[in-house]
Amino acid sequence: MARKLGNTPLAFDEMMNADSSPRRPYKDYHEWYSSQDRARLITKSRDAENIFRKTGITFAVYGHADSSEKLIPFDLIPRIISGREWRKLAQGIEQRVIALNAFLDDIYHKQEIIRAGRIPRQLIEKNETFLPQMIGFKPPGGVYTHIVGTDIVRTGEDQFYVLEDNARTPSGVSYMLENRETMMQMFPELFHQNKVRPVQNYPNLLRQSLASLAPPGCSGRPRVAVLTPGIYNSAYYEHAFLADQMGVELVEGSDLRVIDGKVKMRTTRGYEAIDVLYRRVDDDFLDPLTFRPESALGIPGIMDVYRSGNITIANAPGTGICDDKAIYSYMPEIVEFYTGRKAILENVPTWRCSEPDSLKYVLEHLEELVVKEVHGSGGYGMLVGPTATKRERALFADKLKARPGSYIAQPTLSLSTVPILVNKGVAPRHVDLRPYVLVSDKVQIIPGGLTRVALKAGSLVVNSSQGGGTKDTWVLED
Amino acid sequence: MLGRTANGLYWMFRYIERAENTARLIDAGLRMSLTRTDSRDEDWDGVLQSAGVREDYDKVHPALSSMDAVDYLLRDKANGSSVLSCIEAARNNARMVRTALTRETWEAVNECWIDLKHVFARKARSTDLPEIIETIKRRAGLIRGAFHGTMLRDDIYNFARIGTFIERADNTARILDVKYYVLLPAISQVGSSLDNMQWESILRSVSAHRSYGWVYDGEYTPSNIAHFLILNARMPRSLAFSYEKIVSNLCFLGQTYGETHAAHETASTTLTLLQNRTMEDVMDQGLHEFIEEFIVQNNRLGQEIADGYRFYQ
Repeated sequence: MARKLGNTPLAFDEMMNADSSPRRPYKDYHEWYSSQDRARLITKSRDAENIFRKTGITFAVYGHADSSEKLIPFDLIPRIISGREWRKLAQGIEQRVIALNAFLDDIYHKQEIIRAGRIPRQLIEKNETFLPQMIGFKPPGGVYTHIVGTDIVRTGEDQFYVLEDNARTPSGVSYMLENRETMMQMFPELFHQNKVRPVQNYPNLLRQSLASLAPPGCSGRPRVAVLTPGIYNSAYYEHAFLADQMGVELVEGSDLRVIDGKVKMRTTRGYEAIDVLYRRVDDDFLDPLTFRPESALGIPGIMDVYRSGNITIANAPGTGICDDKAIYSYMPEIVEFYTGRKAILENVPTWRCSEPDSLKYVLEHLEELVVKEVHGSGGYGMLVGPTATKRERALFADKLKARPGSYIAQPTLSLSTVPILVNKGVAPRHVDLRPYVLVSDKVQIIPGGLTRVALKAGSLVVNSSQGGGTKDTWVLED
Repeated sequence: MLGRTANGLYWMFRYIERAENTARLIDAGLRMSLTRTDSRDEDWDGVLQSAGVREDYDKVHPALSSMDAVDYLLRDKANGSSVLSCIEAARNNARMVRTALTRETWEAVNECWIDLKHVFARKARSTDLPEIIETIKRRAGLIRGAFHGTMLRDDIYNFARIGTFIERADNTARILDVKYYVLLPAISQVGSSLDNMQWESILRSVSAHRSYGWVYDGEYTPSNIAHFLILNARMPRSLAFSYEKIVSNLCFLGQTYGETHAAHETASTTLTLLQNRTMEDVMDQGLHEFIEEFIVQNNRLGQEIADGYRFYQ
């Protein structure tokens, strides 16, 4: 299976067929686009940028002192997914999310998957994202991953792959919402012509979903809060946006204190209890008493409150293990083990460099592979073989040989393309897709998501920190 | 509401007020140098003093010059009270309390910051100054408009207003503190052109040279000017007006929360004093002493509000 899928210039284009006719989901949009005045679209594109800048939809790039706030470029050609395509994706995502929760429950309780020999014990227990503090503890409602953002890539008409599961703290949902808002402001007519499924109720659904998993002892309307590291965090805009849209408090660690066995926030009238904490800080920074003693962001003692069942933390501590790329490579086994069925959505074939045969293969085929750190994210610390220089590959090979267990490798997928607006018209660019999933007593998948697009011609790196942009993502009603 | 949010709102509005006040002080300073034939760089001494940054200026600049003073007041990041520093601080606070603000208010603050950052990217030429001052005033006005037009009149509003008026009272008191000697009847030679100039400058630094004329029928006397800035409760930058607003907003907070703090007592005492005194009383006590005491009280009130409403851990 691990054969080269190719980085051919003839990537699958989601809008146009080879014969220059539009693909079906794009038919109406293409017709509309063809009748548009280009100058007007360029103006609209600038308007969109101004809307984003004015609204303050910015993110911080670490290490850029001079320009500490950046805009994520927004392309105004939507990415369109048909209802049929979406149904398959949604089924696959639901299956996967259910499996992830069952997996987390299992590794923190009976560990049947290890005993069944499907996953090596050391991969779980030696993993730094595995939290022994969670062993034997069942979070309220048995839910570990309240919010998931499954990264999906496409290589053909029916070829979809899951690239990452993002079960810890998936970000970007505010862009999904703001992109739609911006599109509706700029091109209301498009939403009359196309039956686009709405995404705007996400904040409501999120609040309901979080509130429904309040601790059993909570009486009355559960008090929900979003925990942010503060205004200098790269995703601060999103934290504030979500708190605002849900109508809940946006708190920092310094606002919170454990009093009488509850987590309470300092208000102008005194300390008031919180029932559900949607935390946008990493496990390490949650509780200095349990994790990092030097952390100034955390709330001392919150893990004790959690373990005694007096607060819900979303996502649960210890879910980060699902984002480990070595664990990812076992997802087909994990899905089958817990759901009893084959995974509906495929994994990208993955070589675990910890295995000598795989390492040998990877080293011999570096020029055609993508190599990633198992704990990495944001597109940092990875090698894209086909576009790297010889020297970069040689340097990376040394790193690989020194710490093979820290890396996995995948074929360079020829990601599908969607056109973006460029100076001379439109040009295809590679995209991925992150739909957002809410888990409570049910699994809700928001019809849409964040489409990230590599703005540089030929580039496969879609991360906003590395020159990626975004598009509005339409799921059609059909 | 979080104590930190109340703190953020309070400081956000203090900084917006301060930015506008600094712009007004510069405006008055420029005006003075334009209208006087013997204008000197030393004229900026009083402006820097009124802005409360005279000593800090000396740390950065070896000598007093009008362009250095203007640059220091407008856009020097080393000056925490420069217009640019204030707007950045206001916007950072607004970002922190984003969930307490309407979209319109947030965007007005954010656009003010975007606009002024652009304006202040390089040192201003003296020919550009009138337009820059105008931009600052207009941006501050847009924030005020968005705020008044869209915000719910709840505790969020109250903390924002209290910040505005504590800052404003402090600013007006400072101007008086620096220029009090011009307003002493014993020293000033009523009617001299120098006095007229100084008086007008004081009134300009609180944007009140026109309204003063309406209220006192164009009669420029030191006692009337002092009265206007201290005791006249219709003058929106006077100490009495500021304290009426502070007391009424604290009163709303007291009703909303069902409890009062030391701050309520302090603010009412100061207001009563401002309402019951005459200018003669103030002059008898000594204008300088009166102002100094007021500034101390005003700072204490700020501290009591922070304590009462749990601004800090």
